Amino acid sequence: MKTAVCIKQVVTRDWPLRPAESATWVRDDDASFEMNEPDAYALEEALRLKERHGGEVVVCSAGPARISQVIREALARGADRAIHVESDALSAAGADAVAAALAAAMQDESFDLVLTGLQSDDQGFGQTGVVLAERLGLPHATIIMEVDIAADGAGLRVKRELESGWFQWVAMPLPALLTIQSGINQLRYATLRGIMAAKRKEIRTVPLDGVASQGQRILELYVPEKTSATRFIDGSAPEAARELVRLLREEARVL
Amino acid sequence: MAVPDVELHQDLRSAVGELCRRFPDNYWRDLDRKEAYPDEFVQTLTEAGYLAALIPEQYGGSGLGITEAAIILEEVNRSGGNSAACHAQMYIMGTLLRHGSEAQKRAYLPRIASGELRLQAFGVTEPTTGTDTTQLQTMAVRNGDLYVVNGQKVWISRAEYSDLMLLIARTTPREEVAKKTDGLSVFLVDLRTAVGNGVTIRPLRAMMNHATTEVFFDNLEVPAENRIGEEGRGFRYLLDGLNAERILIAAECVGDGRWFIERAVKYANERVVFNRPIGKNQGVQFPIARAHVNVEAADLMRARAAELFDGGQPCGAEANMAKLLAADASWEAANVALQTFGGFGFAEDYDIERKFRETRLYQVAPISTNLILSYIAEHVLGLPRSF
Repeated sequence: MKTAVCIKQVVTRDWPLRPAESATWVRDDDASFEMNEPDAYALEEALRLKERHGGEVVVCSAGPARISQVIREALARGADRAIHVESDALSAAGADAVAAALAAAMQDESFDLVLTGLQSDDQGFGQTGVVLAERLGLPHATIIMEVDIAADGAGLRVKRELESGWFQWVAMPLPALLTIQSGINQLRYATLRGIMAAKRKEIRTVPLDGVASQGQRILELYVPEKTSATRFIDGSAPEAARELVRLLREEARVL
Repeated sequence: MAVPDVELHQDLRSAVGELCRRFPDNYWRDLDRKEAYPDEFVQTLTEAGYLAALIPEQYGGSGLGITEAAIILEEVNRSGGNSAACHAQMYIMGTLLRHGSEAQKRAYLPRIASGELRLQAFGVTEPTTGTDTTQLQTMAVRNGDLYVVNGQKVWISRAEYSDLMLLIARTTPREEVAKKTDGLSVFLVDLRTAVGNGVTIRPLRAMMNHATTEVFFDNLEVPAENRIGEEGRGFRYLLDGLNAERILIAAECVGDGRWFIERAVKYANERVVFNRPIGKNQGVQFPIARAHVNVEAADLMRARAAELFDGGQPCGAEANMAKLLAADASWEAANVALQTFGGFGFAEDYDIERKFRETRLYQVAPISTNLILSYIAEHVLGLPRSF
């Protein structure tokens, strides 16, 4: 089985976030970066599937030169080779641009299974996997908690997480794309032997085909202003209670 | 000189950092309270191969240099952990690697690399002889195919958690050798069979959780085939492993220093007193800034020493200077962090006091600061020997 895992490099969790001058992204020129956490679980799932069913795990990522750090990390953990769509234009690109760039580079590989993280820790749109499935012409399922491939390799059953503790099992044909939920497995460590072996693995760098898609872009990014205002609600107790509930629901949106 | 592999170094830092994040502050704090050995951490680090960094590939290790080994230990300490629990597994095998027979290397190194065997205890110091090693009293007397060992060692770290111990003992009495550095030999003692059969280990409770012990030898029989190298040349074998140890300890101090500074900066930015973060006060921020400067300067000397070591160049002066500078810098950073945290620094829950106790050791061990100064004075500057 030939599995692709799409990974993204994001700013580390403890990095103090400040909007960049452009006000469309955070200041990240001197940031430290790490692998997007849901993608790490997708990679782990791919490695486990390979251990059970054999085949190859190919890491695919789109972004500037700096993302080679997380690509090497994925190779050190056990992926076999990598495809890096390299372009500075993709450094803070939205889901549409990234999915388009990845799809172009992955099209000819004919993967049996494509895994992505459910969402990214930075933008959090949760769209890259879904748009990528559409561009590759693959059926997809999201928020996956468990992956069960049929013995004959013809199809798979996946467990999706729904709201309120509910789950759903879905049968799907292969090839397919799945977006993986964090925490579905126990992540492995990169071993020293893995780090050394990664140095000899192939990273195929491909340029971005054309310009980055502008189908979706961030117009403005800002830190919400903190305000503290007190409002008195007049009227009888039942009326005031009704009004309070309405305000909490419609204005404060906490209910 | 080899060009440093920047990518490899970045990958090592990131991977070791990731592994260490799974052993957070409370893991080390609980062990400290119980004076317990970090079994799970050491096992994990071993299985991931990091402690075999210096063992050549042909014997199952990764064949990396001291530069890379130093990065691994630095990251452990920088994460809030303590490499002292296992750093010796990395470098004690160096004596075996450099002076052991091919048969000994094949018998032991692959199993040390895999972690099946732990060789992380080194029996040197004795109650009556500290750094003046040639005065040591423990005797190994040849008797056919055996040596019979009698004597006592002290401050032997990790002996209870080691399968093998490297032991230095006198094989020819001092009165019978021309030079006092002659007549010492190095042995590999299999503690798995020796304990209860000539070896007794007694734990010593110390200021921090360090698994240190006293070891007694009472007619311990060591097969002659377990002697490493030639009889009587053990002191030279001991000396040529010291530079590696100095550089690695310096790296741990740099890791400690960076940890203290990171914590101090965070606390100084967050702690508000008199309606402003305490870090706004120059009295608070300047000592942190100075400590940072000193840690980074020490790191440069550590890097220089490691570069020389890996290039096969003499590096005694640089390795010793790196150890002194780094130990001083981490101790300064520890004091600054404690001062910044104020009363909370003394609370166990903040981990400052634990790391403070841990990093204090490096003013004294494995060599005291004064001994480094006398080495520099005599051997680098050409001043008269002071003792």
